[in-house]
This record gives sequence, structure tokens and C-alpha cells, in this order.
Amino acid sequence: MPEARPTWWPALGLVLLYAGLVLLPYVLSYSQKEIAVFLVINVLLVVSYRLLTLTGEWSLAHVVIMGVGAYGSALLSKRLGVPVPLSMLLGAGTAALVAYILSFPLLRMKGFYFLIGSFAAGEIVRLLWKRFREPFGGPKGLKLIPEFPEIDIGPLYVDFFEPQNYYYFCLIVVSLSIWVMYRLERSPIGLTFHAVHWQDKLAEAVGVDTRKYRTLAFVVASFFAGLSGALLAHYVGTINPNRFNVEEMVFVLTWAIVGGTATVYGPILGAVVLTAINEVILRELGFEQMRPLLYGAILIASVMFLPQGLESLVPKVSRLFTGGKAAKGGAAEPAD
Amino acid sequence: MYEFLFQTVLNALYAASYMALVAVGLVLIFGVMGIINFAHGELYMLGAYAVVGVYADWEYPYFLAVAVGLVFTGLVGIGMERGLFRPMRDNPLGGLVVSIGFLLILQALAVLGFGVRMEFIPPPTQAVIEVFGSDGAVLPLQRLYVILATILLLAALWWFLRRTRFGWALRACAQDPEAAALQGISINQTARIAMFIGAALAGVAGALTAPLVRTYPYMGHSVIVTAFIIIIVGGVGSLEGAVVAAVLYAFVHTFVTTFYDGVIADIVGLLLMLLVLIVRPTGLFGTKERA
Repeated sequence: MPEARPTWWPALGLVLLYAGLVLLPYVLSYSQKEIAVFLVINVLLVVSYRLLTLTGEWSLAHVVIMGVGAYGSALLSKRLGVPVPLSMLLGAGTAALVAYILSFPLLRMKGFYFLIGSFAAGEIVRLLWKRFREPFGGPKGLKLIPEFPEIDIGPLYVDFFEPQNYYYFCLIVVSLSIWVMYRLERSPIGLTFHAVHWQDKLAEAVGVDTRKYRTLAFVVASFFAGLSGALLAHYVGTINPNRFNVEEMVFVLTWAIVGGTATVYGPILGAVVLTAINEVILRELGFEQMRPLLYGAILIASVMFLPQGLESLVPKVSRLFTGGKAAKGGAAEPAD
Repeated sequence: MYEFLFQTVLNALYAASYMALVAVGLVLIFGVMGIINFAHGELYMLGAYAVVGVYADWEYPYFLAVAVGLVFTGLVGIGMERGLFRPMRDNPLGGLVVSIGFLLILQALAVLGFGVRMEFIPPPTQAVIEVFGSDGAVLPLQRLYVILATILLLAALWWFLRRTRFGWALRACAQDPEAAALQGISINQTARIAMFIGAALAGVAGALTAPLVRTYPYMGHSVIVTAFIIIIVGGVGSLEGAVVAAVLYAFVHTFVTTFYDGVIADIVGLLLMLLVLIVRPTGLFGTKERA
């Protein structure tokens, strides 16, 4: 018998979560606020990555796609004078377009071949940025990218150079994006993504064009990855090819694997927990260079001892609070 | 002009040699364990650092350092087999992920031990072989060492795989692990041998080329990318394919580098791999996918 859990519970949880997120900057130092901005941007990146993995493909090009959004938005605003909010959307659109073009060769492949193929495609894009000084700025990348315009209407003045304001802006954009992806996953399209992953032969047999759905997941995920890149570009003001190299991709992979990809909150949990460990333990104690060591150890440990990710702990923890009666929330997720 | 072409051919032969060593090791590991070892470039890096430690810092003879590099990386390989890949057997994605994790650890350890700076390694030999007279093509002796060592090691590997019981067992495991196990072949033992050989080949490639390339903790990155291109082009799981593809790739890359530039050459190499993945995913010599 399904448990009679009040329907307003999840809503209450969300309200509390957002109250916490809104108040968060007030307890953080300036540099911690900057980290919070990057974390929110990374959350969008890793959630969009999860959307891609729904159809069963693990890409190694996702960070480069993020870079396409960053380069696209930066170039549009800097060279062509497109207003920044619009250029962000166009940059994300560029990322989606590039992903669409790449999908023709890449989605012919599956599994390991897709992984390697996506790596090759991403690396080619990255080398093009490196090789062509015009317009991509070569190895040094783009500098003096226009920042997000300040809002100055009467008494209302918001300067987005201030980390706290940009944090709120990112929070809104990222929340909306995650909501869109969440709705997409819960729609018939999203259910088809799951079918394409777990029962691709059956899905094809009942008339599902699996290639079309894999393309859709790839393009939508890339749009939001591009959006996260655009958010980043206009905040830091300078981007270069190395910012989007395979090492960054490994970090995203680590967040997704450590957190787990069966739920929306899994990868978010992974990104938040690992960033917190990184910032609190490594930076405070002065072991910043040891970040790869820590990530490597955590990656190995989580694959070996927690293959379902941190998210698999959440039902157990919530059972502790509800006295062992909590039903597993959400739709039945396919187990890995 | 002919001297120039010949020079480029010599350069390509040298590049093909060490690339073949790395790629053959990668294929061997994949063949027996079904795991793509992303940390293979870092094993190459370990071999190079063995030379930094034993030869450049402690000033033992160069060839002793190469031998140390070979044995040391081989042992690291055995450790990886036991600690990482054995628990991940029958889980290709898991094996790949733990090898990525191990790659990060090895890089960080190299940074801890030696720092991120580029190492200076005094050249073991300055000798140069002149071809076509004094203004013709030149082949530094160190490069000749790499070429000769590759031929020697690959011939030894071929003999081992074709003519010894261990080699037969290894090939049997690569073809069908279950059937091999039913015949009384220890899969763990075989995996250990394959991992030792595969890692040692990468390590010896690193040790031999250390005086010729830039030795720093992240040097494995370009090596693993090259090795992936080679094993995809040659066909994942095919040792002969890896050797042929190494020669092919080295020639393409060296000639494009000579006539255009290095970045274009990298792009061409990656495009070559994408092309093979699209047109013939089994590669030039691959037969069927080893799951």
C-alpha cells in the first residue's frame, strides 16, 4: 500500500531548500561566494550531462560543448555587439547546433566507441580554438568578454559583477533549466529516453525512432551545457581552450559517477559534495594541488564501494528520519 | 629534397616505434581483460620518470635505468590488475572509470615526487648517424635505440605469444575467457602476465624516449590520445593492427607536422580516427568486438 505522505511535503522541502540557497551568500566570504557561483554553473553542466546519459551514452565532449556555448556567447557579444542576455541564449543555441552536426557521425556509435568518438570530436573542436587565433584567440583564448549588463531602473540597481548578485542570477537560470529538463524527463519523451537506453531493441520494434531520441537528448543536453558555458564566460571575462580540456571533463564525470545518475539530485549531490570537500579540505588546508589525487581516489572508491552513487544513500537517510516507513520517492528508477 | 624526405621518413619510423610499443601494450590489456586502460599514458610517464630518478638524479647507467623503468612499470601494472581491474572484471565502464581515477592519482604522485616542471635529462649519447653525407639526413643514435628496442621487444612478444605455453594461454583467454578457464587456464594468472607485459611495454617506451621528449607529469595525455587513435584505426584487440596503424599514423602525423604544423597534424589524426569509427568501426585489422 502506498504510504499516505502529505502531498505538500516535496513542496515544503523545495521552499526550505531555496530559502537556504537564498540566504547562503550571507554566511559566505567573498571568495566563497565566487565558488558558489561556479558551483551553481557546474550543477547546470552536470545535470545536463545526466540528461545525455539517460539514453545510455557517456560522452567525453560535454565540457567542450560547454566551451562552444562560452565561445559562442563571448564572440557574439564582443565582436558583433549582441546584448549579453541574448548572446547567452544564442551561445547555448550554437552549442546545440554544433551538437546536432556532431550527432551525425557520433550517434552511429555506441558504448565505448561513442565515448572515444565523442572525445575525438571534442578534441578537434578544442584544437580548432587553439589553432585559429582569428576569431578564437588561439591558446590564450578570449579576453575582456563583456560582463552581464547591470540593471539600473530608478531605485533598483543591480551590479552583476558582484558575486552575490550573479549567484542569484545563475540560481534563477539554473533552476529554470533544471525544471525544464525535469519536465522533459517526466514527459513521454523522457520515458522514451529510458526505453532507448534499457530496451533499445524493444523500443525499435514498437516503432520508436531511437536515433531521433538519442539526437534529441544530445542536442537538448548540449543546449544547457552551452548555457552553463555562457554563464561562466560572462562572469570570469576570459576563456581559453585549456579551460575546457579533458581534465575538466573528468571532474564532471566524477561528479556524475560519485553522485549517481538515476535521479536528478544524484549528480547535483556529487558536484556539491565534491566541491565542498575540495574547497573546505583542500583549499583550507593548503593541499590545492592534490585535487586530482583526491578526485582519483574518490572516483575509484565510489565505483568499487558505492556503484549506485551517493543518491542511493538518500532513501536510506530519509528512512532514518521517517522511522523506516518512507516509500521510495519519485518514479521507479531503473537500477544500474 | 630527397634528403629532406628521407629525414622525415626517419623521424616517422622513430615515432612509429614508441607509439607501437604503447599501443601494443594497450591492445594486449584490452584483449585479455576487456578493459581500456586510460592510465596507459601515465605508465609511459612512469617509465620516463624512472629514467629521471635512476639515471639523471642518481647517475646510474642509462640502460640500467631503462631496465628499472621496464620492471617498475610492469610491477605497477600487476598492482593495477590486482587492485583495480580484477574487481571490475565484466564491467567495462567500471574498469574504464577506475583507470581514469588511477591516471589522476599517478599524475598527482608524479607532481608530488618531482614537481610540475619539465625535467632535464642529460642525453645518454650525443652520437648522430649521418645518412647521405654530412649535409644529408641524420639519425641520432638515441632514436636508433628506440627503433631497435621496439623491433627486439615486439619480436620477443611475438615469440612469447606464439611459441610458449604462457603465450598460448594468453591468446586463449583473449579469444574466450570461459573456455580457457574450462581448460584449466588461470584467468587471474594470465591477466597478471598480460598486465605486466602491457604496462612494461609502455614503461620501456617512456624510458627510451625520455631523453628525447619533454618529460613532465602530464606527458601521458598526448600519448594516450595517440594510442587510442592507433588502436581504433588498427582495430581494437588486434596486435598486428596496432603495429600497422602505429606506422601509418606516425607517417601521417610526422609528414603533416613537417609540412603544416603540429596542431593540424593532431586534428588530422583525430579525424582519421573518427573516419575509421564511422566507416569501419572494427578498424583495419579488427574482426569482431571483444565485449
